[in-house]
Amino acid sequence: MEKIIAVDGLKKSFGRLEVLKNVSCDFARGGVVSILGPNASGKTTLIKSILGMVIPDSGNILFKGNSILNTFDYKKHIGYMPQIGHYPDNMKIGQLFKMVMDIREQDAVDTDLLKAYQLESMYQKTMRTLSGGTLQKVSAALAFMFDPDVLILDEPSAGLDPLAAEALKEKILEEKSKGKLVLVTSHILSEADEISDQILYLFEGQIKFYKTLADLKQETGEQKLSRALTKILSTPSC
Amino acid sequence: MLKIAKYIILDIVRSKVLLAYTLLLLAISLTIFMSDADVTKGLVSITTVILIIVPLVSIVYATTYYFNAAEFTEMLVSQPISRRAILLGKFIGISSSILLAFIIGVCIPVALFAFSLTGITLMVSGCLLTLSFISLAFLTSTITRDKAKGIGLALMLWFYFSIIFDGLVLLFLTLFADYPLEKVMIVLTALNPIDLARILILLQLDISALMGYTGALYQQFFGSGIGIVFSLLMQLVWTLVPLLFALKIFKKKDL
Repeated sequence: MEKIIAVDGLKKSFGRLEVLKNVSCDFARGGVVSILGPNASGKTTLIKSILGMVIPDSGNILFKGNSILNTFDYKKHIGYMPQIGHYPDNMKIGQLFKMVMDIREQDAVDTDLLKAYQLESMYQKTMRTLSGGTLQKVSAALAFMFDPDVLILDEPSAGLDPLAAEALKEKILEEKSKGKLVLVTSHILSEADEISDQILYLFEGQIKFYKTLADLKQETGEQKLSRALTKILSTPSC
Repeated sequence: MLKIAKYIILDIVRSKVLLAYTLLLLAISLTIFMSDADVTKGLVSITTVILIIVPLVSIVYATTYYFNAAEFTEMLVSQPISRRAILLGKFIGISSSILLAFIIGVCIPVALFAFSLTGITLMVSGCLLTLSFISLAFLTSTITRDKAKGIGLALMLWFYFSIIFDGLVLLFLTLFADYPLEKVMIVLTALNPIDLARILILLQLDISALMGYTGALYQQFFGSGIGIVFSLLMQLVWTLVPLLFALKIFKKKDL
């Protein structure tokens, strides 16, 4: 399958703390990759490096074959949903969407989530008055809005109500079937179990394993991702 | 770049802090002009007040706004737009909003009540002073990651330029009182944007005669065409240099 993102020998430290130690991996079109790992294992740093928000110390990241260092045009093809979204306080939801359209110079193509979350009826609300969950909905709607080739979701279901999380899950699967790459970090294993094709497990800044979900289950002989993970992580050979 | 500036202006204009700043400046200018028939005296009073308030509000407000919008900056960085455009857009947005407050609060009353060469100097230096302190605010905001540290550093800078710097200059003058220091003083003045603005405005008034021999030299230098151009240029340098450093840091900054 066609590689859309290639990470090559990525290293990054914050002060003395090495967050990413030589991470190399490829991501192909048409799949959901769950990036798992304990807290402070480098998940968000990896994602932020791909987005150009963190500048790596060494190593390279290729997007569709071109290095992303010192460029920004490739972000047109990425939809990003941050862990916690923060937007200008005095701005209304409708204005925020208009602004992002204006900045990206793209039109809102995909309004499924807008409709599912009934955000259109809240266009007049200012960002300051929104609850954490509604902010997450806004972030999710923004990430999918421009029909990007790659979706990067950082802890997407944290703070979403069960119905909204379900709608998001369905949306992720739908986008996958359209041949898009979806990168998700999560701590909720049952959710990762339902949506992902591949699991990338980071531990202390290194890739512990990067396998398809099916392989992982087969190797461990378990039916559930949570059990498979426990088993594979407790065996000393890994 | 201009798009981002536009959205930041729209955001700030709706905030109450900027409105309060505008009204404060307006109240100060109007009270001073109304209560005193002598326009020149009024200008001196306004200068004194402005040289304290304008740098303080500019640097603190810009730093606070920068940090409050930190996550929004993160979001912008994840969009297809260059970091240069983001930072410059922010600068243009924040500075034009604060300048607008200064123009409404000070420039318009001065133009109405005391339109003169001194008045114009006051307007121009006040605007440049605003710009240079916003530029310094950007530098402190990009250097630090922490909001409290950033605002602390901004306040320290203001304190340094408003008070400590003059103390140091006085100390320097007393220590080297035996040497001819007039030319050195001009260079020292250029190291502080507030002093530059102060001297430029005061020299337009006749009270510089009271400043003794150094005052006479100041008058000779800063009162001349070259001197005015020099001090305006130095104020521009105070705007551009911190901003360029901020840009350099921001381009390599992890968000």
